[in-house]
Amino acid sequence: MSSWLKIDNLNKHFDGVKALVDFSCSLDKGEILGLIGPNGAGKTTLFNVLTGFIAADSGSVVFCDVYLHKKPAHRIANLGVARTFQDLRLIKQISVLENVLLSFRKQPGENLANTFFRAGRCRKVEAENKDAAYSILGKAGLAEKTNSLASDLSYGQQKLLSLVCCLVSDADLLLLDEPVAGIAPAMIEQILSIITDLPKQGKSVIIIEHNLEAVRQVCNRVVFMDAGEKICEGTPQEVHNDPRVIEAYLD
Amino acid sequence: MEYLLHILILIGIYVILAESLNLIVGYTGLLSIAHAAFYGIGAYVVALMALKLGSPFVINIICAIIISGLLGGLVGVPSLRIKDHYFIIATFAFQVIAFSILNNWVSFTGGPMGLPGIPQPVIFGWQVSSHLEFLLLVGAFAILVFWLCHRIIKSPFGRVLMAIREDEVFALAAGKNVALYKVAVFVIGSGMAAIAGALYAHYISSIEPISFTVMESIFIISIVIIGGAGSLWGPVVGAVLLVMLPEILRFVGMPSSIAANMRQILYGGLLVAFMMWRPQGLVGKYGFRLEDTKK
Repeated sequence: MSSWLKIDNLNKHFDGVKALVDFSCSLDKGEILGLIGPNGAGKTTLFNVLTGFIAADSGSVVFCDVYLHKKPAHRIANLGVARTFQDLRLIKQISVLENVLLSFRKQPGENLANTFFRAGRCRKVEAENKDAAYSILGKAGLAEKTNSLASDLSYGQQKLLSLVCCLVSDADLLLLDEPVAGIAPAMIEQILSIITDLPKQGKSVIIIEHNLEAVRQVCNRVVFMDAGEKICEGTPQEVHNDPRVIEAYLD
Repeated sequence: MEYLLHILILIGIYVILAESLNLIVGYTGLLSIAHAAFYGIGAYVVALMALKLGSPFVINIICAIIISGLLGGLVGVPSLRIKDHYFIIATFAFQVIAFSILNNWVSFTGGPMGLPGIPQPVIFGWQVSSHLEFLLLVGAFAILVFWLCHRIIKSPFGRVLMAIREDEVFALAAGKNVALYKVAVFVIGSGMAAIAGALYAHYISSIEPISFTVMESIFIISIVIIGGAGSLWGPVVGAVLLVMLPEILRFVGMPSSIAANMRQILYGGLLVAFMMWRPQGLVGKYGFRLEDTKK
């Protein structure tokens, strides 16, 4: 059986800096994979290649039997890949609700012809999306902030919101770049519990995270990478005890 | 009375221009200084068709919208590859080229002398001739454009425009075809500007290239920014204020030779002052700064 997500021999160089070197990896449906490694190891570059923001020099990515490389970012997103960003991207000048509404894929109202000529259908979908958005914001504990500007949220709430935006996109593969870095412990628990629930909904996740405790809590499998290469792979415990990992983190 | 109607007609025309530019500049965050070119293209298409073909106004204005819209799409294309200041220069180039063609293709556009004797429009048997009738016509189109902009902005399409204004990367990651939206908004904005041009040509009945220079583009940008970029009512407030401002100068008894220069100084001064101290304009909420769109 071929893997659900298959990453084969990816290479990416930036002016002589090796960001990815023959990186191969695979992921099954319903799996949560942790990606750890020191800064500059190429973790975020891998996300950028997977989501089409950066083109790899060589190698291939196959997701649900579709080749992803050379596809533009928005098309990959519409194939069912959602991501968050390390530097927390949200549209801060619009409300929390609108950020969530923006994240639904394939809305009829995004085509202007539909807005004017099939207004009924656009309104119906918009109303359904709104209901879904209210419900998920409620579950995430952001109900009171629905109509605030996204910039008025605390840092932790903004991280939570960007996760919510991924959830409503209905993507099957979620790429989360440091979902719990720099936020309060209570909120870490909340975010981790949302992530742990994702496989039950048939979703798979790759997480980049420096918080090893969090990684151990949610991940089935961990990949450790350094200088663009996959150094080792295994259960969180195995990777944690690997001498190369210990060495890298003690440096 | 005619004087008052004249002012109101001008306000209506500038409301159309400013609302359409607001879609591009205010909501999508693409600063374009080519808007007067599309205004001029609309005016010239309608004038040439009315003078040379004698075709009816309704057909002429539709042609003007389509031609201007397509050229607008052409200007939108570079926005996919070049950003910020470089894109502004690209729109500036289009503006200069458009003016040069209008000014130099004497056999077709009449050159610097322009096109005089544009007939009064007839719409399904209604000949628009008096100032009041023109005001009704311009007012109807201004309301139509305002309504269209309102619908666009309140739709999911408009939400994506605002996302692009702030963070293209986020919009891409959310699966939005940013390139398509940018070109589309240019097509729409330019098409709407052509409506203003068509109305202006018939109203003034004689057009010259000098009405569609880069100065005019900057005037329209001033209306948008001073009124409030990225708000629906901002361009309306801006148009009323900036069209009436020179008239006030006239009433305080300033000789017209000084008033013309004074006007330029005022517009420039106001624009700088607003950018420095009130970038969100008079009624806007969104502070218009290039840095916001960069990241």
